[in-house]
Amino acid sequence: MPSAVGEVWSVNGPVVIATGLRSTPVGNQVSVGDIGLVGEVVGVRGDKTIIQVYEDTTGITPGDAVVDRGFPISVELGPGLMGNIFDGIQRPLEVIREKSGIFVENGVQADPLDRSRFWEFVPKVSEGDELEEGQIIGEVQETSFVVHRVLLPVGLRGRVIWVAGQGKYRITDVVLKLETSEGKTVGVSMLQRWPVRKKRPVRRRLKPTIPLITGQRVIDFLFPVALGGVSAIPGGFGTGKTITQHQLAKWASADIVIYIGCGERGNEITQVLEEFPHLHDPRSGKPLIERTIIIANTSNMPVAAREASVYTGITIAEYFRDQGYNVALMADSTSRWAEALREIAGRLEMMPAEEGYPAYLASRLGEFYERAGYVEALSGNNGSITVIGAVSPPGGDFSEPVTMHTKRFVRTFWALDKKLAGQRHFPSINWMESYSGYVEDLAKWWDEQVKGLSWSQMRTRISSILQEADRLEKVAQLIGVDALPDAQRLVIETARLIRTGFLQQNAYSEVDSFCTPEKATKIIEVILEFYDRASSLLAMGIHILTILEMEVFSRIMRLKEEIPNDRLEKFDEFMEEMREAFSQLEARYGSGF
Amino acid sequence: MEAVFKGLKETQSFKELRGAIAVLSPLPGVFYGEMVEVELGDGSKRLGRVLEAGKSAIVVQIFEGTAGISPESARVRFLGRPFMLGVSAEMLGRVFNGLGKPIDGYPMPVSEKELDVNGLAINPMSRDYPRDIIQTGISAIDGMNTLVRGQKLPIFSGAGLPHNEIVAQIIRQATVSGKTEKFAIVFAAMGIRFDEALFFREVLENTANMDKVTMFLNLADDPPEERIITPRCALTLAEFLAFEKDMHVLVIIGDMTNYCEALRELSASRDEVPSRKGYPGYMYTDLANLYERCGRVKGKEGSITLIPFLTMPNMDISHPIPDLTGYITEGQIVLSQALHQRGIYPPIDLPPSLSRLMKDAIGEGSTREDHPDVANQLYASYAEVQWIRSLADIIGEEELSERDKKFLEFGSAFEERFLAQGKDENRSIEQTLNIAWEVLSILPASQLHRIKSKFIEKYYQGTPGL
Repeated sequence: MPSAVGEVWSVNGPVVIATGLRSTPVGNQVSVGDIGLVGEVVGVRGDKTIIQVYEDTTGITPGDAVVDRGFPISVELGPGLMGNIFDGIQRPLEVIREKSGIFVENGVQADPLDRSRFWEFVPKVSEGDELEEGQIIGEVQETSFVVHRVLLPVGLRGRVIWVAGQGKYRITDVVLKLETSEGKTVGVSMLQRWPVRKKRPVRRRLKPTIPLITGQRVIDFLFPVALGGVSAIPGGFGTGKTITQHQLAKWASADIVIYIGCGERGNEITQVLEEFPHLHDPRSGKPLIERTIIIANTSNMPVAAREASVYTGITIAEYFRDQGYNVALMADSTSRWAEALREIAGRLEMMPAEEGYPAYLASRLGEFYERAGYVEALSGNNGSITVIGAVSPPGGDFSEPVTMHTKRFVRTFWALDKKLAGQRHFPSINWMESYSGYVEDLAKWWDEQVKGLSWSQMRTRISSILQEADRLEKVAQLIGVDALPDAQRLVIETARLIRTGFLQQNAYSEVDSFCTPEKATKIIEVILEFYDRASSLLAMGIHILTILEMEVFSRIMRLKEEIPNDRLEKFDEFMEEMREAFSQLEARYGSGF
Repeated sequence: MEAVFKGLKETQSFKELRGAIAVLSPLPGVFYGEMVEVELGDGSKRLGRVLEAGKSAIVVQIFEGTAGISPESARVRFLGRPFMLGVSAEMLGRVFNGLGKPIDGYPMPVSEKELDVNGLAINPMSRDYPRDIIQTGISAIDGMNTLVRGQKLPIFSGAGLPHNEIVAQIIRQATVSGKTEKFAIVFAAMGIRFDEALFFREVLENTANMDKVTMFLNLADDPPEERIITPRCALTLAEFLAFEKDMHVLVIIGDMTNYCEALRELSASRDEVPSRKGYPGYMYTDLANLYERCGRVKGKEGSITLIPFLTMPNMDISHPIPDLTGYITEGQIVLSQALHQRGIYPPIDLPPSLSRLMKDAIGEGSTREDHPDVANQLYASYAEVQWIRSLADIIGEEELSERDKKFLEFGSAFEERFLAQGKDENRSIEQTLNIAWEVLSILPASQLHRIKSKFIEKYYQGTPGL
């Protein structure tokens, strides 16, 4: 089909208006000007077509050609994605660097996936098989971490008339021939495309019941997120959003991690690139970079591509979900994405709603978060996408539009707190303002998987101690802590133990950066035991200071650092020591009364 | 780029003149971002650039404003190229106006290269993670908010606070331990007062040898429209010096508040949809396009370290200017009115201050093994001090527990001995950390939860236990 060619009518930053493209549907990709800048049709007004351009438009002149590429803006899917780093419109940044040096030159183009590389393809179907869309046709060991399951493209079904033998193929080589019900023969390669703004179909959606273990105690224990769940991390600058996102990308119990650096700092991406190849998954021991895909559209890269980056990321996530993997997707930050929407809406002179954001902000956010979920895929496998979106509210004010709308679509909310960050209490997740809607769904998993006291009961006790302490501290601030009864002071001190010895976790500590659910449970058991024994001592009339002077008290705060995940028997030893110390106190004072 | 040769175009057909904006009848071949020159009736010239190129109209921003332009006599010439700055190593030691024209009485240096002042985004793959610390000799910075080569670390100040002195002290004292390398300072002033500019000039002359310094000056009485270009000129030169001349460049730009005001003014005159407080919705992107130009890249010797300074309107850190800056930069140094009034210099407000790149640059092998723990502990203990002070305000100091009183004692010692220092006092990292231990030793060792036991054994000088 000859593609339509129009011409530029006007240009204003990333927005180009063209004429002569009446036949081009909204959503199609176009190339603008002599150097072929990538753009997308976002609307039509009279005989004018509105285009958002993903690159700097300096140099574009009215009258320049605009060519309809004939397909919607899409991503390439196939072996070669893993461990790679792309910009917002899936240009491979390493290849771009080879072509244009330290800066990203305008108009530089490259195939997202390497066409020349050979992959070892292992067929999983035979001649004569009747195949359905989305079915697995073969496998490629893409990295030591990930087996790439090659899927029959959506919309294609029929009988296998030929399948390639096991061997090395390029992604564009035909590995399967199919006869459709209409009698047409179709060749299938390992490479497929999918339009980013359209969600990939699934058989059915399932209820999430398994937690995404993140190794971060405050998350796993107090505010968990399920595989297939959605969570938001809002926080002002300096509250540790990015570090928390990095921690999750490192330690989350997902098969695949997609990290979208959306309008954030260049050096943060560099840090991930430098760190991940040297970090190993605590479960499989394999290098983390081999399960990670990075989409990097930093704050100084073109704003329209930033808008596209979250769609690029989630479409790739859906593709791996459809293969039967649990994918964790981190978007840092969704606010920058929302700002990109606002910037483009502003240039299109759309009527603004709140704070200049377009009225469709909420529906776009909703659409995006709804692409998460735990599903039975067309391939028959179960897979999931867990979305963790960072939100950067201006001035740290959670009543701004992006945070408010996000709250409607997520079930877990990790509110980062500037005050905690100022005390260098990290992760600075505020336990009073955060919540998780998955607690009930996940209780069964904890009871089955983690030995020890019941998780939901411990969780409730911990939360109530923290809340009680919060209330009491306000009172103490008015009348002084000494004026409180000892039982209440014990609550405050136990909350301090929980905060310092449990919630606070040092991302840079070798021992403490990742904490298993088992270790978290052990620490909580120690703290609760301490609280119960101390309460009964107080009841016997022993003074609170006597208890706080116990050597075990300050040691509890260091247990997280001193006992690694694989030496949990040490907790039992400590528990014995602590019980012994309490018994001695009881014996000493108990006899005197 | 090809567009350079699209030929010289000229027009007189003004449709509209307002503020810094001129709307012209369409002219074929005019492109987005093209530089223009306006020749007034009296022969004087002004520069501008195309903000919108269309078949119905062309919108041009004129950097010195439209005042004095008459549609009858002025002519607009399109120069066929984006806003370019001719750069060369000869520019060191020179003073330019906000658009890169010499104002020191000497002729324009011969340029080695013409560069688009807007620059291009550094490919994240090309970046090298910054790890070399810059010792500033200021304890609050070196000890707790360490500056790293290639970092962007702004100073959030307020009216009347001594940010100029702090910047000057950094310029005077900044060293990278054990290295002698090619360095340069590029200073861009936007809308600052003449006496401030003079102050910096003297500081620079006295310390760095003026032949290592380039200044771009847009003073308070210079056209605000120019301010959009001033930092871009500075950063373009810095990129050239760093990535083509292997120099370590320290770029100081400010006052960013004046820059953002100019941006808002321009946006308003274009009838754009405003976002918070009337600032344009693209201010984040615009600031990022400046701040992100600093850093280190693989395979190049040089680096760009950026210290922007800004005055927070009404000391409000959540105002869009500091807020958006803080979201882009790698930390911030926040100044405090209260400390300044108490006579503490530098009045650095530590709880909200932060250096994001510090953690990978300090510790064993670079500063000292105990540095990360000590910094962490100082933050935590000082936060406790703030809490206890507010408690003491209500219930009185006498009512405090022994532990709390120790913290108050620590708090004062920390502010007077660690935080406060002379404007010429240049402390080594070793000195800074030793003072930190002196003041931490006021506290019982059992309160130092953030420090590993082995460091307490080695450095602690006080009494253990409560």
